[in-house]
Amino acid sequence: MTAYLKLDHIDKIFTRGAATTEVLKDINLTIEKGQYVSIIGHSGCGKSTLLNIIAGLTTATTGGVLLENREVNSPGPDRAVVFQNHSLLPWLTVYENVRLGVDKVFARTKTKAERDAWVMHNLNLVQMAHARDKRPSEISGGMKQRVGIARALAMEPKVLLLDEPFGALDALTRAHLQDSVMALHQKLGNTILMITHDVDEAVLLSDRIVMMTNGPSARIGEVLEVPLARPRKRLELATNTTYLKCRQRVLEFLYERHRFVEAA
Amino acid sequence: MNMPATKIEVETATPAAAAAPVVAMTPKRPPRSEAYARMARETAVRVIPPLVVLALLTLVWELVCRRAGSALPPPSRVFKDTKELIFDPFFDHGGIDKGLFWHLSASLQRVALGYSLSAIAGIALGVLVGQSVWAMRGLDPLFQVLRTIPPLAWLPLSLAAFRDGQPSAIFVIFITSIWPIIINTAVGIRNIPQDYRNVAAVVQLNPLEFFSKIMIPAAAPYIFTGLRIGIGLSWLAIVAAEMLIGGVGIGFFIWDAWNSSHISEIILALFYVGIVGFVLDRLIAGLGKVVTRGTATS
Repeated sequence: MTAYLKLDHIDKIFTRGAATTEVLKDINLTIEKGQYVSIIGHSGCGKSTLLNIIAGLTTATTGGVLLENREVNSPGPDRAVVFQNHSLLPWLTVYENVRLGVDKVFARTKTKAERDAWVMHNLNLVQMAHARDKRPSEISGGMKQRVGIARALAMEPKVLLLDEPFGALDALTRAHLQDSVMALHQKLGNTILMITHDVDEAVLLSDRIVMMTNGPSARIGEVLEVPLARPRKRLELATNTTYLKCRQRVLEFLYERHRFVEAA
Repeated sequence: MNMPATKIEVETATPAAAAAPVVAMTPKRPPRSEAYARMARETAVRVIPPLVVLALLTLVWELVCRRAGSALPPPSRVFKDTKELIFDPFFDHGGIDKGLFWHLSASLQRVALGYSLSAIAGIALGVLVGQSVWAMRGLDPLFQVLRTIPPLAWLPLSLAAFRDGQPSAIFVIFITSIWPIIINTAVGIRNIPQDYRNVAAVVQLNPLEFFSKIMIPAAAPYIFTGLRIGIGLSWLAIVAAEMLIGGVGIGFFIWDAWNSSHISEIILALFYVGIVGFVLDRLIAGLGKVVTRGTATS
């Protein structure tokens, strides 16, 4: 097993005045190239903080993130993020939103025409080429998230970070987008790290599920391999025993052993 | 019992939905005349009510001021007295004896210069204060005090500094209109969502690109609010400032008319001042609408 992305003894302590809160404690995780890994946990367990640390948007208090054996501690296009609320810039069109990243990443390696073709290629991958000249306010939530995915993919990231990418969508749109992401993963072989709180989503999409205990001082409680062959079909899996077993394991972890305690 | 029925309904609905766009495409554009008629109706709805109110007010004014010995002239007198000024705004008899066009244009030039300076400086300072916590801590209290100083209070000081009316008037415009621009820009910058900053960080925009591609467009609605308040204030200030510095300008025209007891001319000038102020406000608002299209609705 070769480590592609390695989280090495990550602690995160927030300090506000005299009060300190330990959010993450001793997080160790290695992810192979091409793997789809989900991090699941109750809200407030620090999983978004962990993603931000990997993305470089916040820094770990101790420990670090290694990508291809090199430490990364500032944000960059090699770890493109798909944000929960799409975060498209409303004053730019769909095309321009994707182009913004492409222009920066491939400023020297691609000509203008190549960059244009690359933007359109990525919009085609998420089936959004038809809306290239629309503004984010003119397209639906699912479409916005597709464009967000295209923007991240277009930067050719080494690791694609998904921060609850389907959280704000209705169930039908969500299922549709999950299928799209699965197809993209199949086709492009990206390494993907996804934050989620949806058990079905985690089992359906992931090769491995990382379950986090409740905060403060959240740790990795358990890592579950999902030995389901790809491509996976949502309908067939509904009765698949391996699928159901995996689902059961995650549910047990979340609702029995580490039940969410409402903060008093 | 209900289940099969709903299912059938769904199935029959599908082909209809697929055909819907075709159906929607068939009706042709309504004929031109109809479109014009609709446009005329919409315009009438917006134009007629204010015209009716204006006519009524003029009538009341006429009735009230008509009696002999009233202090202010009725509209008919105003029109009779100022006919020459209304119909020939371009005459130039040298000195300050010019048509209203020249007075207004002189005032507008002063406003244009002072306001442009304050827009540039105001946005720059606003970005600084919005972006840097230390700049805000240092400058904000100063701004809060300075912005409450009435425009005309600056005039003697600027006259002392510049020793000339022209730059003093421009300075008064500048110092009057800069505060709302600074404060609104700063609020806009501070309210840039963290998401946009994250996007910029992931894409690795450099500070200059961040400024032009994220900051200015994201804060544009706030900036234009400030600019709009600013243009209104500068038009308020110019009239007052010109009354004191003299020379060509609508402010001094009013003062001069008062000194020569030409009350009708004052009323005409006020009318023009109001119209120009309104147009300036609409101009900035329209510009803001064009620039911030898409931004306001995220």
